[in-house]
Amino acid sequence: MSVIARNVNRLALQVISSSVRSIHCTAANATAGIEERPDARTSCTLIPGDGVGPELMHSVQEVFKASGIPVDFEAYFFSEVNPTLSAPLDVVANSIQKNRVCLKGILASPDYSNTGELQTLNMKLRNALDLYANVVHVKSLSGIKSRHENIDCVIIREQTEGEYSALEHEGVKGVVECLKIVTAKKSLRIAKFAFDYATKNQRRKVTAVHKANIMKLGDGLFLKSCEDMAKLYPKIEFEKMIVDNCTMQMVSKPQQFDVMVTPNLYGNIVDNLACGLVGGAGVVAGASYSANAVVFEPGARHTYSEAVGKNIANPTAMLLAASKMLRHINLPVYGDMIRNAVEKVIRDGKVRTKDIGGQSSTQEFTYAVIANLEIPKAAKAAAV
Amino acid sequence: MTSRIILRAPTALGRQLIRGQHTMSAFEMQHKTPLTKRIDPIPVAMYGGRQAVSMLPGGGIGPELMSYVRDVFKYAGAPVDFETVDIDPNSESNDDLDYAITSIKRNGVAIKGNIETKSKSAETLSRNVAIRNELDLYVNVLHCKSYPGLPARQKNIDLMIIRQNTEGEYAMLEHECIDGVIESMKVVTASNSERVARFAFEFAKRNGRKKITTIHKANIMKLSDGLFLETSKRIAKEYPEIEHNEMIIDNCCMQLVSNPHQFDVMLMTNLYGSIVSNVCCGLIGGAGLLSGRNYGDHYAIFEPATRNTGKAIAGKNVANPIAMLNAGIDMLHHLGHVQHADLITKAMVKTICEDKIHTPDLGGTAKSTDVIQNIIDYILTVDVRPW
Repeated sequence: MSVIARNVNRLALQVISSSVRSIHCTAANATAGIEERPDARTSCTLIPGDGVGPELMHSVQEVFKASGIPVDFEAYFFSEVNPTLSAPLDVVANSIQKNRVCLKGILASPDYSNTGELQTLNMKLRNALDLYANVVHVKSLSGIKSRHENIDCVIIREQTEGEYSALEHEGVKGVVECLKIVTAKKSLRIAKFAFDYATKNQRRKVTAVHKANIMKLGDGLFLKSCEDMAKLYPKIEFEKMIVDNCTMQMVSKPQQFDVMVTPNLYGNIVDNLACGLVGGAGVVAGASYSANAVVFEPGARHTYSEAVGKNIANPTAMLLAASKMLRHINLPVYGDMIRNAVEKVIRDGKVRTKDIGGQSSTQEFTYAVIANLEIPKAAKAAAV
Repeated sequence: MTSRIILRAPTALGRQLIRGQHTMSAFEMQHKTPLTKRIDPIPVAMYGGRQAVSMLPGGGIGPELMSYVRDVFKYAGAPVDFETVDIDPNSESNDDLDYAITSIKRNGVAIKGNIETKSKSAETLSRNVAIRNELDLYVNVLHCKSYPGLPARQKNIDLMIIRQNTEGEYAMLEHECIDGVIESMKVVTASNSERVARFAFEFAKRNGRKKITTIHKANIMKLSDGLFLETSKRIAKEYPEIEHNEMIIDNCCMQLVSNPHQFDVMLMTNLYGSIVSNVCCGLIGGAGLLSGRNYGDHYAIFEPATRNTGKAIAGKNVANPIAMLNAGIDMLHHLGHVQHADLITKAMVKTICEDKIHTPDLGGTAKSTDVIQNIIDYILTVDVRPW
């Protein structure tokens, strides 16, 4: 591309001294009457979460620092199990609303409620920001031993209604009813999200996961919404699959799946199942989207609280989430740099955390990633 | 100095016409106003602040210009993802066209070159017209503003052209009842005239414009153009703060080339709009500079102001990329990404007004890529990323 080729010197300069340049260029430009662009540095909300979250975030920050990435973190401690230390919901929500991006660890949700409150903090945050679409990209990493190879599927999950509506009551003693809410508006919205995602990422097929043979009205509405939306995307194949069959297919022949769109609970189950296929909760990244904001987080939601302070958790998922975040905010070169480094460390196999069959610590893994950071080939080719 | 050049495009223009139609019940729509199309809008494809936009490169220089827009957007960090839709100009079927229209409906916003329709058969629609009609993009807006330091016939022009975009002479109703006698119908409806007039006055009000001139030929076409004129006069009474006058199209063209500074906002029917747009583009420096915007109630399409394919200069790296880039800037304004739009505008103005890097149509010798390179260079001086 001639446009890039002509830019050789500038590129070389920027690549070499990107972290220093920002200081110099402000001063030089001030005299030339050019103002520094306002979004040259991006701020990003950071929620370390519970369990090993803070350790993993530390690892991410080390990597960011080492590569001089122009991102400023606004950190908030946010936790349901530690309410006294937690920042208030509206403060955190406002910060995400303002920054439009957030990197988040996992929040522990206790399976009891002391106050009678049924909504978990996670759900409150999602509802406050309307983070309706959860995207988990499950991809086999070479170097991790697993039962299946070449898995590459994307699971898109509606996460603001369905079984998670937090509407439960005991009308008659001993009989508890739990309401699952399905609305046409939100079903159409998630279906459109899935097809738009497929269009944007050149995917060929969308599979709707449902249980409409039993819940003919609720899941039926979800399925019909997906079918309606599929008509607007004639170039993308659409198929539907019942959730029980889907889980079986997933463990026997996961390569058949491309993009999957699911209601809330099924998505949660399929997410975890798929993560298990490629190496567990420590290696898969995910993201939750609203119209305006994105929260990047690990794909399977486990706090790994038994490992707190032991320095053994795998930071891969969090690093990959950070890499996705960088792509989203228009820093794809940095994003690729981190992703390639992580993939290389895992492929080489010398430094591995316990969950993928090694003995290394979180810190050793982080340093191995930092040691492998390099400018991706495409940008380097342009610079040379 | 540069700030004067920045287009005075308002944000979220497309949203402002959601009036009237939505307060009506479905029954009223069906039975009382048969001309109103009922459309349930599909939500726009915006996720996490990034917007998907349909890109229709069209024929001739379209694909080159679109690749420049992509490059500039990439370096400016504009949060927009393009979905490219190609339409085969040789095909007789309308499949590609239907897909393109579906794609715009899904995304809500599109940037478009001029699409060729090679078929001469009467059944094959002109694709540009078909897209506008199908999406009901009833108004076309052209902001005609001089760039200082550019060779042009007239200096300091700043006027807006608002054009009815879906009916009039473009109704595509032609027939030959008797051998050798062809009738072509020009359709003017009260409802469409009212929508476009209201759009013009709202637009003038929001952008601090003082005067609207309705352009017509009601002395000859007393009924059709008469209706358009009467409607705009009626709407004008609701906006006493904006001055309103009228002018006949032939006189208007003469006035435009002799004293264009008397005009502020001009409101007109379809064919006159096409002519006047081209006259204005000619006055300030040719087809390669300005962009046009098409708005409907739910969708918006951005394109170069003069709808030419530029086949003769395709692939020669001499086409002026500014018009398409301006269309991209309009789109960023429409989507509310004002920062990115301003950044690109500044880079562009610096390139053509200060650095004077001009393509042959402006009397320069630069290649299209030189212009784009200069714009990207400027953007990079205010950036810290390693590309």
